[in-house]
Amino acid sequence: MLGYIDKIQEISERLLKDGSVDMIIGFRKGTVPLMNEPCFIKDPADVKTLVWDSNCGINLANYLTGRKEKVGIIAKGCDTRNIVTHIIEKNIDRDQLTVIGVPCKGMVDRHKVASLVDGEITDVVESEDAILVKSGNSQIELKKSDVLQQNCSVCVHRNPVICDEMAADAVDEQTGIDRFAEVSKVESMDTDEKWQYFEDLLAPCIRCYACRNACPLCYCPTCFVDENRPQWVGKTLDPTDTRTFHFLRAYHCAGRCTDCGACVRACPMNIDVRAFTKKLEKDVFELYGWEAGLSLDERPPLDTFKPDDPEEFVK
Amino acid sequence: MQNPYLPYPVRIDEIEVATEDKSLKTFKFVFLNEGDEDKFAYKAGQFAELSIPGKGEIPIGIASSPVEKGFTKFTVNRAGLVTTHLHNMKVGDVMGLRGPLGNWYPWELLEGKNVLIVGGGFAFTTLRSSIVYMLDPENRSKFGNIDVVYGARSPGMLLYKDELVAWEKRDDINMHITVDGTDDPDWKYNVGFVPPVTEEKAPQGDNDTYAIVCGPPVMIKFTLPVLEKLGYSHDHIIMSLENRMKCGFGMCGRCNIGKEFVCKDGPVFTLEELNRTPKEY
Amino acid sequence: MKVLQINKKDWAEGLEKAKTAYRLFGPVTDKKTNFSEFKELIDGTAPDMEASDTRLSPKAIAFPPSEVILEYTTDEAKDDANLMNIPEKDYSPRAVVGIRPYDAAAFLILKKNFDTPEYRDPYWCDAYEACTFIGLAVTKPDALDFSTSTKSGPFDESGLDVLLVDDGDNYLAKVISDKGAAFLDAAGVNGAADDSAFSRVEELKKAAEEDIKSTVSFDNIGKQSILDLYESDMWEDIAFACINCGTCTYVCPTCWCFDIQDETSGQAGQRLKCWDSCMYPLFTVHTTGHNPRDTKVHRVRQRFMHKLKYFLDKYEDGIMCVGCGRCIRHCPVNIDIRKVCDKMNNN
Repeated sequence: MLGYIDKIQEISERLLKDGSVDMIIGFRKGTVPLMNEPCFIKDPADVKTLVWDSNCGINLANYLTGRKEKVGIIAKGCDTRNIVTHIIEKNIDRDQLTVIGVPCKGMVDRHKVASLVDGEITDVVESEDAILVKSGNSQIELKKSDVLQQNCSVCVHRNPVICDEMAADAVDEQTGIDRFAEVSKVESMDTDEKWQYFEDLLAPCIRCYACRNACPLCYCPTCFVDENRPQWVGKTLDPTDTRTFHFLRAYHCAGRCTDCGACVRACPMNIDVRAFTKKLEKDVFELYGWEAGLSLDERPPLDTFKPDDPEEFVK
Repeated sequence: MQNPYLPYPVRIDEIEVATEDKSLKTFKFVFLNEGDEDKFAYKAGQFAELSIPGKGEIPIGIASSPVEKGFTKFTVNRAGLVTTHLHNMKVGDVMGLRGPLGNWYPWELLEGKNVLIVGGGFAFTTLRSSIVYMLDPENRSKFGNIDVVYGARSPGMLLYKDELVAWEKRDDINMHITVDGTDDPDWKYNVGFVPPVTEEKAPQGDNDTYAIVCGPPVMIKFTLPVLEKLGYSHDHIIMSLENRMKCGFGMCGRCNIGKEFVCKDGPVFTLEELNRTPKEY
Repeated sequence: MKVLQINKKDWAEGLEKAKTAYRLFGPVTDKKTNFSEFKELIDGTAPDMEASDTRLSPKAIAFPPSEVILEYTTDEAKDDANLMNIPEKDYSPRAVVGIRPYDAAAFLILKKNFDTPEYRDPYWCDAYEACTFIGLAVTKPDALDFSTSTKSGPFDESGLDVLLVDDGDNYLAKVISDKGAAFLDAAGVNGAADDSAFSRVEELKKAAEEDIKSTVSFDNIGKQSILDLYESDMWEDIAFACINCGTCTYVCPTCWCFDIQDETSGQAGQRLKCWDSCMYPLFTVHTTGHNPRDTKVHRVRQRFMHKLKYFLDKYEDGIMCVGCGRCIRHCPVNIDIRKVCDKMNNN
């Protein structure tokens, strides 16, 4: 993964120079450890500012909505699946895009790293399988596989599903993992336990909507929480309103969510918003055999009607 | 200091349909509590927040004039949640009024000067307040010539028609009423958009003449070049802005253009002041 | 100015005593996530005086995420149908314990907005005036602290009534105001420190200030015109990564934008003042659908222009930022106000 950036920069420079794209969307180095900043490049001379490492967890497909230019976008497995969904939902044309695919073995979760380190992290040096984390006068080496984002640890689509250029050779997909283990754990709780689990989960929510804004799927010009005629959801931190927002948002993403983890990354209160979306991903998989964003030729199940749909009410 | 969020309770005393398509209604409010009307003392150009419990508040220019006692009048366009509810209310209903808010047309500066008023559509409300104020016997001598160019899409869309006709007959004010178009053969006044009528009928700009302009963005866009052509410098062109508001007194941070709040440092600004601010309105 | 010495072992007991006269607020750390927040200290909870920083600022103590400002009933059978009433509020004395100097300085910035010569927000002002601020100096600033560049600093006293300094087994307490002295009396922790205390505080202060490596400067921002900065072509690049999530405005101790909403249940209703954010697309949308800030670039530019230019010009008292670093730490896409300030300064 470390060497990928050279190929990415080379591809980007070529695409800008030969005019196939007007801009490249990628990352540049962040100002704090374990963070990078999404950016765009229009001048081939600027490709040297692009970076790629294990801190590129943000889903760049979020920046495609409404674009009119020809865009080169650097995308990992989950990002490409969101790009497919964007194309199917007519958010952007396939012809506008040049997808620079990057196989991915997972992104690092900076909160997990912080919890394993005493004091403030001052610097992080990355190697192929590990990160060396410096804080104060000490340092600690952590295996990347131990501090991955939760969604990365259960990922089975590490390789891009569509791409025009590959920045590296494909990596092996993970096998034999129970993708929905966390969901099953909650499903097996009894009613009171479940209620308490969700109450505790959403208690810190400050309704900043960072989860919604980070999600590439949430692009409605007026989100249901902002409607006022009629007003569906109140503006306070009332628990009922908070739950309504999270449940409904999860349902709006059902059959479209690729578990990219951008929502959890964005949340300032560290809420595991994926508890809702992962459950719906499991349901859609079990009910319709569907996984989002794998093919440009099929529409999501909640979008289509098939004669053999299982629901009684359509018969 | 008084709690600035608390509205004065008022009762709807009269409702008049103001335009032929019923999209505008003029509401007359009477204060429920003795003494509130004095506390609400306002100047022409200011606005108030009309407050409907359970629905919200809307910032509306005050159409009545400070010289009219015993009531306040607002002409409201039905556009969204609160205005639709207001349009469905009845005489006798109770609601709230918060204000007066904002600054006002610069009356001290305008004393001894000629005033040109250019208005379009339903932005004419605070201009009515201004004209009634200036024409009041106590005030008329304070001002020089008064010229008014006011246009609407059709005769039925003009606000305050009866008053416009009465003013037209006076000799201490020059009225230039116009409509974009009409098929009424008895239409006595001008036909044409506000900018060309202004160019034709308005007086020249000079040190002693000020223009107050209030109207929809498209009218403003084409009227300003006309005023410049007539010789009005930017500090002699006075405008009243609109923006999305909530508190109305410069605290919620929503209506700012640059470092000015439209609700507190405005809504009245000279064009010269606006030239120095971002056009975020 | 008096400097008192408080043995850390007496501190918890002192706070319990103070509770008879004050409602106490302080940082409370969640064991699972290691994040701290300002909460009301009830049931014997002690403030975590070792917490490095709270995730959300303590501005919620005077400016809660949502607050009832008026109450009403729409029941026509009642006498006060459709009349707005001011609700009962509790503004009994409050002590905010363990507040960092930059957060206290932030309250002074908020005061400029909520307490003006023409209008006074009683909800914010009464809550603020009920507070006694027992500050805790930042002896170990972190890498994102740039408070010395703003009108604050790790040992700054603005907005504080007492400044506690961690001195090993004790806190040295600089008593800044009468309100502060009254609190320490109520807590029964008013033993004087020895003569060397004052200079020890100064030493620790100097060391902390020197530890702060992150700086911003804005002297050129003041010299440029608003339109020069506004029309610069740097904003597209600055704004690209932003997802308009509003996190920066929510964690920021000096951001104050709010919304007013009516919510009715049955016939009983409340008018609420809720946190809002200039980052949200619908913040400035008119009923007609016209939106003066309808692009992301507009909104991001508004936030930084407000904080670093409009406020600077309007009050001529520094920028609307206290250098706490929370926005940098929590921005999901790493937009850094220090970088933006630098770009604006060198425009």
